[in-house]
Amino acid sequence: MEYQAVIGLEVHLHLKTRTKAFCGCSTEFGSQPNTQVCPVCLGFPGSLPVLNKVALDYAIKTGLALNCKIQEYTKFDRKNYFYPDLPKNYQISQYDLPFSKGGFLDIDLDDKTKRIGITRVHLEEDAGKLIHKEDSSLVDFNRAGIPLLEIVSEPDINSPQEAYEYLSALKSILEYLEVSDCDMEKGSLRCDANISVREKGKTQLGTKAELKNMNSFKGVKDALEFEINRQIEMLESGEKIIQETRLWDIKELKTVPMRTKEEAKDYRYFPEPDLPPFIITKDKIEEVRKGIPELPREKLARFAKDYNLSKYDARVIVFSKRYADITEKRMKEYPGKDKKQVVNWSTGAILSEANNLNCPPDELKIPGGDPELIGLIKSVEDGKISHLVAKSVFTESISNGKLASVIIKEKNLFQISDSTSLDGFVEEAIKENPKSVADFKAGKNNALMFLVGQVMKKSQGKANPKIVQEILKGRLVDA
Amino acid sequence: MSIDKDTVKYVAHLSRIELAPEELEMLSGQLKDILDFIDKLSKLEIKDIQPTSHILPINNVLREDSPRESLPVAKALANAPQKSEGFFVVPKVIE
Amino acid sequence: MNKPDAKSNLNIMTACELIKRLGSKEITSSQILSALQAKIKETDAKVKAYVRVANPVDNPKTQKPGVSGALSDIPIAIKDNICTDGLNTECCSKILEGFKPPYDATVIEKLKAAGAIILETKTNMDEFAFGSSTENSCFGPTRNPWGLECVPGGSSGGSAAAVAADEAIMALGSDTGGSIRQPASFCGVVGLKPTYGRVSRYGLIAFASSLDQIGPLTKDTRDSALLMNVISGYDPKDSTSVNKEVPDYTKALTNDIKGLKIGIPKEYFIEGIDPEVKAIVVDAVEKLKSLGASCQEVSLPHTEYAVPVYYIVATAEASSNLARFDGVQYGYRAEGVKEKLQSLINMYNNTRGKGFGEEAKRRIILGTFALSHGYYDAYYLKALKVRTLIKQDFDKVFSQFDCIVAPTAPTVAFRIGEKINDPLKMYLSDIYTISANLAGIPAISVPCGFAKNGLPVGLQVLAKPFGEEMLFRVAHTYEQNTPWHLEKPKVS
Repeated sequence: MEYQAVIGLEVHLHLKTRTKAFCGCSTEFGSQPNTQVCPVCLGFPGSLPVLNKVALDYAIKTGLALNCKIQEYTKFDRKNYFYPDLPKNYQISQYDLPFSKGGFLDIDLDDKTKRIGITRVHLEEDAGKLIHKEDSSLVDFNRAGIPLLEIVSEPDINSPQEAYEYLSALKSILEYLEVSDCDMEKGSLRCDANISVREKGKTQLGTKAELKNMNSFKGVKDALEFEINRQIEMLESGEKIIQETRLWDIKELKTVPMRTKEEAKDYRYFPEPDLPPFIITKDKIEEVRKGIPELPREKLARFAKDYNLSKYDARVIVFSKRYADITEKRMKEYPGKDKKQVVNWSTGAILSEANNLNCPPDELKIPGGDPELIGLIKSVEDGKISHLVAKSVFTESISNGKLASVIIKEKNLFQISDSTSLDGFVEEAIKENPKSVADFKAGKNNALMFLVGQVMKKSQGKANPKIVQEILKGRLVDA
Repeated sequence: MSIDKDTVKYVAHLSRIELAPEELEMLSGQLKDILDFIDKLSKLEIKDIQPTSHILPINNVLREDSPRESLPVAKALANAPQKSEGFFVVPKVIE
Repeated sequence: MNKPDAKSNLNIMTACELIKRLGSKEITSSQILSALQAKIKETDAKVKAYVRVANPVDNPKTQKPGVSGALSDIPIAIKDNICTDGLNTECCSKILEGFKPPYDATVIEKLKAAGAIILETKTNMDEFAFGSSTENSCFGPTRNPWGLECVPGGSSGGSAAAVAADEAIMALGSDTGGSIRQPASFCGVVGLKPTYGRVSRYGLIAFASSLDQIGPLTKDTRDSALLMNVISGYDPKDSTSVNKEVPDYTKALTNDIKGLKIGIPKEYFIEGIDPEVKAIVVDAVEKLKSLGASCQEVSLPHTEYAVPVYYIVATAEASSNLARFDGVQYGYRAEGVKEKLQSLINMYNNTRGKGFGEEAKRRIILGTFALSHGYYDAYYLKALKVRTLIKQDFDKVFSQFDCIVAPTAPTVAFRIGEKINDPLKMYLSDIYTISANLAGIPAISVPCGFAKNGLPVGLQVLAKPFGEEMLFRVAHTYEQNTPWHLEKPKVS
């Protein structure tokens, strides 16, 4: 029996506004408990909410980037339930008239593109944080009132990998828009999943489980994988799947049902009387649309076309907007003919240095800045230094702060390209490796590369490998 | 439409209000009377009428995203029935 | 007006009279306070207009702002649901016992900026403004200064009684379904409910967010206009406050209604109204005619649906607004059972079960029911639609008439205990005031006579949104041409 998983994802993300959704308290992360609170976000009697205009702008921006239809008339509603991290025991959210709906997000799977529908995107406020002790719980309301965007996908996702791709693509877009930090560890992005399985080919949906408590994109993928197997096993053994909320247990690596008995939730939604409705005009939508930068997929397509990059290379660069912008600038400024070298460096050496230092690639401090980097790459193209030398000089420059050009001069790392200087090394290599010579003559081309390698060693990497190859070829044919 | 004791009990639970048995008894009777009275609304033909959830013709009330000072912690916690090291304290929440 | 012959009678004056004498340095602010203190000491044990008052009151504690303005040195009594920084604000409910807000309501900030003196002890009210008699207070009822066995009306009964008994110069109340106007009517004082959005609600502990307004309770219309000048205006902290200029309301006190077209709603004079009250109000209408206004019968056909709509919409909003009272951050928290640790849900249930009074519980449960799954359409949504019809009734009348005049309440003050056990009967006493809240329009009640038993009757004037000037014009003219506002109760 073949099964198909049907998955819908619900993402909540913190909007990167300076102040909370409905009051002027700071949204900074990591402060002492209850130091970023006021009567409004504490829900003190008599307090009233006033919407943050940037929160609305960011929300509209995101809706547009997700190809949603922005609604002309939108309002807030109260979602009523009791919980100690909810100051008013209701959350200001949006119920039947969210500000945007009916969008989509395209994801890349191996060779094809899949479109995941987005049901709706709406604005709401976050709750506070609870810390559980032995016999009590502590409440910190610093987080209460931070603006949240809830993005609900259609149940178009059919595998844990697709879910992972969806989240990555979403995060990428949100970073480009600069509306959210999307950091699951810091809690600025949370993801819940609804998942059910059914026999492949059937259209009726199976009973779904709601998964919570995943702390990373990988966690989401793992939790979904586990749950799919769990549900399939149950179905195969004839058990009925209960509709319930299950938590991902990161220690045991399995989903477990929640401890408290769940009851049907009646949130008693009704229009928020303290907030008059919002009318989003076409002009406003266009104004916000103008502020949307070229988004990841568009940039990827353009890079692939304009700079003749492979899709793989383009993806690596485009992943971060800042890195894509810096790299494009470098490509434009590169005076040489072979712009692909800039790409190679951008997907290679620069990225690996950044990873070693655990910093974003666009923030890698290159001594001498772009001019020095571009100079280094051009030197390789011009044959002044070998590629190997360039890479090691680059590493050294990053670690000790010296300019690459200075290192090359000081250590005299210029590539040796004239045959007179190289002849000596070539002769030695041939003399010392008669077996390789014989192998080459016997038709094994690898032997040639080995000999080139020997010459490179003798010249401390300074020999121009192409020229060495030519010289060797000539010599060996003659000999 | 009427309201029976079980419904009152359920609604009291939704509202997190503990009712003594006599209260439940009395409330159920009173609420039934009130709802019977309210039922006169069912006489009205109102299918095409728009509901009024906001009486004022105002829209788009917004504020700038400018931070201002928050309450000092002491003031925020001044009325707390139980507090500890800057936190509000409640009975253990089981999830 | 009886001129006081001693400084000890300063408490019987209006704010305007006091401002004049303060201006000419005839009197000082402490003399005003002493006079109030003496009166409170003399009568409040019987009237109980104030709450949490030490017995006897030594010095009415105050917050003096130290700035001067339109209300310099005038003490204002504040209803117990308006937040004052550092001063107990408890909505006369056990569940908010000991609550000291960490901030001032906007109206309080405005009063302070105008130099007014805020009395620390608040006035009595029905718990969370749920009531029409001030009998639902956890501190016990206030008594009507005109007849101590009677209610002062509610929910701003304490404020109305204090002003009527000259235990206060002026007071603030709140009105969600008539809670300023009805007690004003029962106590023979002037009470005004502003247009929804005219006065900021920031700092008013919410009952029904789409209906609540703070308003003045005063001895005459001039004081009311003065107080309205100070408390009105746009507040960026209240999304439902309207950015519209505040006129000088005292300029509307023209004592001239010649040529005005006044509508008299027929639905307010049919069964349910006490015949004596009806007769007195009809006389008042005749008076208005004699002063040059033309009065004509109009119809507000959906009047009979106002009370049911209100008791769905207001209780629904209240059930949500009062969810925050749960013992977590402020107020009362029920003690756990000693033998075992209290669970969270027990804390909620016990705190709210013990902390809320009967009427509060009744309204919260009714409101929660109206919003609950399966009933939302039949109750809440339907009520919102009928609300539209009620508003349209007023829009139609105001397109042809300058204002509407009607009784404020169907009866005079009833006896304490008379209606308390019959919630429905109590709700019906709001029948003439509720519609103004549902329609968001301003309305004022002024004294228009006394029943044979000596209890006051109130005349209500209603105008279109932001028509407070019309209210003042009509009410002031009526007042200045009648003796009612000069009468004082003998609190025996």
